[in-house]
Amino acid sequence: MSAVTQTAVLDRTAPRPTGAGQVRQILTLVRRNLTHIKRQPEMLTDVTIQPVMFVLLFAYVFGGSINVPGVDYKPWLLPGIMAQTIAFSAFIVAIGLNTDIGKGMVDRLRSLPIRRSSILVSRSIAALIHSSIGVAVMSVTGLFIGWRVGEGVLRGLLGYGLLLLFGFAMIWVGILVGSAMRSVEAVNGLMFTTIFPITFLSNAFARTDVMPSWLRTMAEWNPISALTQALRDNWGVAGAAVRADAPWPLQNPELATIIWSLAITALIAPLALRAFNNRTTD
Amino acid sequence: MSAQEAPVIEAVGLVKRFGDFTAVDDVSFEVPKGSVFGLLGPNGAGKTTIVRMMTTLAIPTRGSARVAGHDVVTEPEAVRASMGLTAQSATVDDLLTGRENLRLIGDLYGLPRKVVRSRADELLERFSLDESGDKVVKDYSGGMRRRIDLAVSLIAAPAVLFLDEPTTGLDPRSRVELWDVLRGLVRDGTTLLLTTQYLDEADQLADTIVVIDHGRIIAQGTPLELKDQSGAASLVVTVSRHDQVQQAAALLRGVVGDIHVDADARKLTAPAGDVAALASIAGRLDEAGIDVDDLGMQRPSLDDVFLALTGHKAEETTNEEVPA
Repeated sequence: MSAVTQTAVLDRTAPRPTGAGQVRQILTLVRRNLTHIKRQPEMLTDVTIQPVMFVLLFAYVFGGSINVPGVDYKPWLLPGIMAQTIAFSAFIVAIGLNTDIGKGMVDRLRSLPIRRSSILVSRSIAALIHSSIGVAVMSVTGLFIGWRVGEGVLRGLLGYGLLLLFGFAMIWVGILVGSAMRSVEAVNGLMFTTIFPITFLSNAFARTDVMPSWLRTMAEWNPISALTQALRDNWGVAGAAVRADAPWPLQNPELATIIWSLAITALIAPLALRAFNNRTTD
Repeated sequence: MSAQEAPVIEAVGLVKRFGDFTAVDDVSFEVPKGSVFGLLGPNGAGKTTIVRMMTTLAIPTRGSARVAGHDVVTEPEAVRASMGLTAQSATVDDLLTGRENLRLIGDLYGLPRKVVRSRADELLERFSLDESGDKVVKDYSGGMRRRIDLAVSLIAAPAVLFLDEPTTGLDPRSRVELWDVLRGLVRDGTTLLLTTQYLDEADQLADTIVVIDHGRIIAQGTPLELKDQSGAASLVVTVSRHDQVQQAAALLRGVVGDIHVDADARKLTAPAGDVAALASIAGRLDEAGIDVDDLGMQRPSLDDVFLALTGHKAEETTNEEVPA
């Protein structure tokens, strides 16, 4: 400490801050979020152990009782769990953003000469990377249980592209929830009671044909179903074919997934930005 | 006013309302370059809100403020580029190391990478954190956290530094260490605005103190001027045995005159008194065979200042004037 009192702490001849270019701001903040994962790898359990556990639970515990006629349930299930995993990107963004707001980190960042949007963009990119690690783990897991990309590389990549697109839309939901909720516990509570059941109310885990008609209608119009269907189609999963009178989103799942993603973004993004600005401005 | 004389921090008629509640009410002040300005007040007085407005985190309802010549509302980017902020709760990233925290903020300021690296190393050394620089902040002690927080605020060598209750929650030793660091910064020409609940802290550091209560400035002056208003220190003796209280009281009256006796607490309080009086009283109590638990000087507290300035204690004013 004594050194401080005797010598200059700051060298004012050195360059003055100019504010980093936005790309550098975003990369710097993404790196920060990825360092969090490196320091606390258990943060990844939500996209690794949890979905793998789901695959095993559903494939081996419930699998026998869930009737998907003439089809191996395990590879059929996998795209559904990937869709669920990518939907949880909202969860990851919401928790991270809410924590940063609560701990004053967002205020510190806002006191710097950076663009406010860098805070959100970096959070979103980090969350997509986080979820993508999960999707990669799922893919590897899939190889062990008989899942293959069977329709060629391009259609295989289309599937992954649709996953990312839907993840992008869900990120806005995460920004909205993370900004609006007052605590991480509240974020957890809301997400578990909404996103979680919504991902189940779909064709991800079970065929919709056998559901009661009101439930079937809900499930088949669920964006998760369109995404799951698009993945099954493009990855050539056995049993992917839908019945002839299935609603439009299941007949055109790629387009439906794109429309759903754009619609969610168009609807939620303005609300999310407003919630974030309200929360962080006074 | 020439450019050289222009205040580095300036607030003119700042008002901040949250709904019906007026958190800051018509606050004006000026801080000359290289000086230390202390905002003194109890919890909820509006100190943090003032700092948030000065650092562009909150928008004033009325009035204006300039930092380093830039308006906080119309030129927030320029304000942010020229100041550092150490908020009330140390806002460092727990999962990053001290060095990574410094580099994170340095990169965001847009400093060249080489400069960021060398300044980070330099600040770690200056703040006695060079050995802990590669440990995650989560494992830091409270004092180390405060130091890294302050170091992070200094990565861009800001001309103006805002510190919101920089020593709250620190042990006495860490507090004194931090004061030394702040004095060093001032010597280098940094202008400081700090908020505190402690009169002794404002006394130690500030050239000018403004006392805030309910968002209003109720007094302004040098530490000396304020202490004059709030009365001198008092001398407090706590006697060990109940049966010696009256004997001690008589003895004390002989030395300093009028005293206050709290027989139940075995506590005697005498106004004024200096260190010489303290020594003389210690000797006499010892000669008289009176056992003493505690003997010392009590400096005027924030409560004493408030008592002197407002005629009632800080807590009482809080209760009386809570907005409807």
